[in-house]
Amino acid sequence: MSHHIVEVQDLRFAYPDGHEALSGISFRIHHGESVAIVGANGAGKSTLLLHLNGCLVPKQGMVRIGDFPLTEKTLPDVRRTVGMVFQDPDDQLFMPTVYDDVAFGPLNLGLPFDEVDARVRSALATVGGEHLAKRPPYRLSGGEKRAVAIATVLSMSPNILVLDEPTSNLDPRARRNLITLLHGFEHTKIIATHDLDMVMDLCDRTIVMHQGHILADGPTREIFDDDRLLDEGHLERPLSLR
Amino acid sequence: MPKIDTSLFEIGTLDRLAAGNTVVHALDPRAKLVATLAFILTVVSFGRYEVAALLPLLVFPLALSIQAQIPGPYLLRKLLIASPFAVMVGMFNPLLDQTVLLHVVGTNVTGGWVSFVAILLRFALTVTAALVLIATTGFAQVCMALTRLGTPRIFATQLLFLYRYIFVLTEEGLRMSRARALRSFGHRGTGLKIYGFMLGQLLLRTMDRAGRIHRAMLCRGFDGEVRLNRHLRWRRKDMLFVCGWLGFFALARVFNLPQELGQMLLKVIP
Repeated sequence: MSHHIVEVQDLRFAYPDGHEALSGISFRIHHGESVAIVGANGAGKSTLLLHLNGCLVPKQGMVRIGDFPLTEKTLPDVRRTVGMVFQDPDDQLFMPTVYDDVAFGPLNLGLPFDEVDARVRSALATVGGEHLAKRPPYRLSGGEKRAVAIATVLSMSPNILVLDEPTSNLDPRARRNLITLLHGFEHTKIIATHDLDMVMDLCDRTIVMHQGHILADGPTREIFDDDRLLDEGHLERPLSLR
Repeated sequence: MPKIDTSLFEIGTLDRLAAGNTVVHALDPRAKLVATLAFILTVVSFGRYEVAALLPLLVFPLALSIQAQIPGPYLLRKLLIASPFAVMVGMFNPLLDQTVLLHVVGTNVTGGWVSFVAILLRFALTVTAALVLIATTGFAQVCMALTRLGTPRIFATQLLFLYRYIFVLTEEGLRMSRARALRSFGHRGTGLKIYGFMLGQLLLRTMDRAGRIHRAMLCRGFDGEVRLNRHLRWRRKDMLFVCGWLGFFALARVFNLPQELGQMLLKVIP
C-alpha cells in the first residue's frame, strides 16, 4: 500500500532569522511502522514534524506522503492523510465543546451531518471519551485533553498519525493509558518525544536527530544499547534497559 | 488576584446554566437573540428623565429568568460586579443638573437624580437581559445565531475564540503574576515598569499561541468558516415568542403604561 509511505529526501529548512533547523534529512517510513524521533531540545524534531503535513514548506528537498509529493495542490489530501497531534492540547482544542472540536475536521471535509455525528462518536469511543462530549475543553484534566486531542484527529480517519511529545505533562496512569491506546492503533505512527521508555514500548524503529542532522536510524533496541551514540545525541539509556 | 480566578469560575456557572432544560432553553437561539436585541434597543431609546415608563419592561428579564430557573442571587451578583461602570457614568448628573422636577413628600427631586436613577435602571435592564440570554442559550449558540442572522462570520468566530481562550490567557497571566510575587520582596519588583514587561510578555506569548492554534486549525482543514454540527429549527413557538415580546416592547414604548394604568384607576374610582 504505497499511499501510506512517508518519504523525506534531503530536507533542509532555515527559519527567517537564518537559523538552520534541518540540514539534509532523509528517511523512508513504511505502512504500519511505528517510528520514534528522539534528540535533544532544539535538535529539529518539531520542525521536522511541521513539514510532514505542510505546516512548513520545504526550502530544499522533498517530502512525499503516499503517492503525492507535498505541494500547495496536494495539501488538502495530505492533511487528511496525516493526522497531527500537537504538543499542547490547548492549542488543538479550540471549539466550545469537545463534540464540536472532534466534529471540526469532518465538517471541514464537507461530510454530511449524520456521517460527522457517527465519526465523532466512534472517535470519542476509541479514546474512551464518550462522556466528555458536552464538556468545554478547558474543564478537562491533562489526560482527558490529550485523549480528546487525539480523537479530533481520528475523526478525520487519517492513515498516518504524527504526535509531538504525547506523554508530556501526564501523570503515570494517564501516560500508561495513552501508551495502551496508541498501541492499539494500526496507523503508521511517527512520534517525537523525550520519553524513551515509551519508545521502548511503542516503536520498533528510532531516528536520532542532532543539530538538524540524522545521527542514527535503526532498530530501537540497538540504538538504546549504544551508549556512545546516546551520549552524542544528549540522550540517556531508558530506565527499563539499565 | 484570586478574584479574577473566581469571577472566571462564574463564567463556568453561566455554561452550566445554559445546559438547562426548560421551555426557554428549548427556544431557537435566534428567537431569543432577536427578542433580547429588540429589548435592549427599546430600553435605550427612552428619554433621560423617564423612569416610571421603563418599569413595565422589567417583566421581560424577570419572566425569562423565572421560567428558565436562573437563580436570582446569581444575576444580582453579576449585576453588582458590573455596576461601578454605570455608577461612574451617572455619578455627576445629580451635581450638574439641579433643575427641580418633582416634589415628593416635601423634598425637591432634581432632574439630575431622576436621570441618575434612569441610567441605573437602564443598565440593570440591559445587562440582566444579556446575562439571561447567555444563561439560557450558551455562548456558542448565541454566536451561531449571530452568524445565521447575517453578522459577518469573522466577528462570530472572534467572539467564540475570545470565550474559549479567556481562561487560558488568564491562567497564563496568573502564573506570571505568581512568579513575580514569589521573587519580589516588599515594594521592589512590583513597579509599573515590571508590569509593562509582563504585559509585553503576555502579548508575545498570546501571538505565539495564536500562531499555533491557527496551524492546528489548518491541519484540520479550516477554510475560514467555523462549522457546528447542529440544526437550528424555527418553530411556531419561536415565532410566537418573538412576536409576543416585540408587541409588548412596542406597547411599553408608545404608551406610558404605569401612567395609563393610574389614570384608568382614577377614572374607575371616583
